[in-house]
Amino acid sequence: MTPRVHLPGFAPLLLLASVLVMSGLILMPLLVVGQEAFSKGLTTYLATFQDPDTQAAIRLTLVVAAIAVPLNAVFGVAAAWAIAKFEFRGKSALMALIDLPFSMSPVVSGLVWVLLFGAQGWLGPWLIDHDIKIIFATTGLVLATITVTLPFVARELIPLMQDQGSDEEAAAVTLGAGGFTIFRRVTLPNIRWALLAGVLLCNARAMGEFGAVSVVSGKIRGLTNTLPLHIEALYNDYDFVGAFAAASLLASLGLVTLVAKTALEWRYSGEPARNLRR
Amino acid sequence: MSAETWPGQARALVPVPRRGRWREASVLPGFPLAMGLTLAYLGAIVIVPLTALALRPWELGLGGVWSELTDPRVLASLKLSFGISALAALVNAPLGLLIGWTLTRYEFPGRRLLDAAVDLPFALPTAVAGIALTALYAPTGALGALAAKLGLKTAYSPLGIFIALLFIGLPFVVRQVQPILEDFDREVEEAASTLGASPRQRFLRVMLPAIGPALLSGVGLAFARAVGEYGSVIFIAGNLPMHSEIAPLMIVIKLEEYDYAGAAAIGLVMLVISFGTLAAINGLQLALARRGRA
Repeated sequence: MTPRVHLPGFAPLLLLASVLVMSGLILMPLLVVGQEAFSKGLTTYLATFQDPDTQAAIRLTLVVAAIAVPLNAVFGVAAAWAIAKFEFRGKSALMALIDLPFSMSPVVSGLVWVLLFGAQGWLGPWLIDHDIKIIFATTGLVLATITVTLPFVARELIPLMQDQGSDEEAAAVTLGAGGFTIFRRVTLPNIRWALLAGVLLCNARAMGEFGAVSVVSGKIRGLTNTLPLHIEALYNDYDFVGAFAAASLLASLGLVTLVAKTALEWRYSGEPARNLRR
Repeated sequence: MSAETWPGQARALVPVPRRGRWREASVLPGFPLAMGLTLAYLGAIVIVPLTALALRPWELGLGGVWSELTDPRVLASLKLSFGISALAALVNAPLGLLIGWTLTRYEFPGRRLLDAAVDLPFALPTAVAGIALTALYAPTGALGALAAKLGLKTAYSPLGIFIALLFIGLPFVVRQVQPILEDFDREVEEAASTLGASPRQRFLRVMLPAIGPALLSGVGLAFARAVGEYGSVIFIAGNLPMHSEIAPLMIVIKLEEYDYAGAAAIGLVMLVISFGTLAAINGLQLALARRGRA
């Protein structure tokens, strides 16, 4: 093995600088979450989760993710099938469109739905006449979450399926297999780990989303506050232990997702992912 | 190839879908379904809502949009968002390069842990990062107290926004330069060394041109992300009008006042400027890559 250390003089200095930057910006904030959450002991920590509003927020977060993630997973598979297995004009434009939510501010991802369905939105008066509530209700939270997390599964699948090509599927066609059988028996086994990684990333973002949902939620405690919004509410009440306790739950979700993603992507490609990035 | 060059197509063993003008023939089924689903979904989730964003501001008229955007408070927030985002992205360039370099060139205990930790800002929900950074950099926090001794106010000031945007942008730069540093041909450096290049020359004349495009793209991605960032910033920002209000917060404030057109105008400007920046950086990157190859 070639020696990794190249600049013996500088090496310790550069290493120290890296560790300092990483500690101050990334590692210490993570430790602070745990430290603040448990600053008044385990009982106070656990009390947060006995609060009905916290429980309602956790339930709402689970409901929103349970709707948004499967929809985006189906979309991701369909988009990856069309893009990776077929050649057509305008493919790069389509891929850019899929990536678009990644370059939008989360606040804008929520704003667009208010412009459509809010009280003074395009469809607002019609919705009020028909007594349908989208903004300041679960539907709005789902729509905003779908927008923000739309690219995750597709982004994970497209490069992998492009690399895999379509020889195996073509062979299955010549053997007389139908479309659904090909997908289930040939494609799905090839992409399952990437699909799982994409779904996990999509889910982590869906459960942790703050900006987009804060615009459409109306922030009614116990009703339209998701867990990240509930953290804000607790924090603004100066209930720091509560806020950090709730935050520790989401931070753990992030950590577990990070570990699972690293393990899965190791499994199907060996190269570090590009996807958690947004 | 036109359809006529495939006369045997109709008699092929496998039914080949008739190719349209814009699609090449394939034996695989499911294109209409997959494409139809993709376009319908994108239409509903991305295109229709963005159309609303693009059209809504103009109900104020051109003059109205202009006065909305040049309103001192709005203008201050736009300047703050784009200015600090650019500054943070630029400062992240050397920081990201430093960490990418350390992770690829040195072997030390805990290297893999440090490598995994780089992705944490991607994985941590923004609200969690926001309150954690605030607690750490507030005057009562560990690093905030340290900064206060040096006479610096970190949290509840533009400096706090800068710190949050450093946090959010750092992984973009590291993850862009890391693969290039890993693949960089050690022999090229050694050749430069045998030709008498000093370490400084090796870095500036050999390494930097090779990683330039990746570094630029990392900075561009960090900037685009920073401009729109909301959750990790609003807790630490202090949100004083004209002083530490970011543009996404102005959108939220406009919406709370039911000024939809004003909110849409700010959203549209942010989208257009970040897109323009990303496009410009893409172009610059292509030019750099071409020069690097020549």
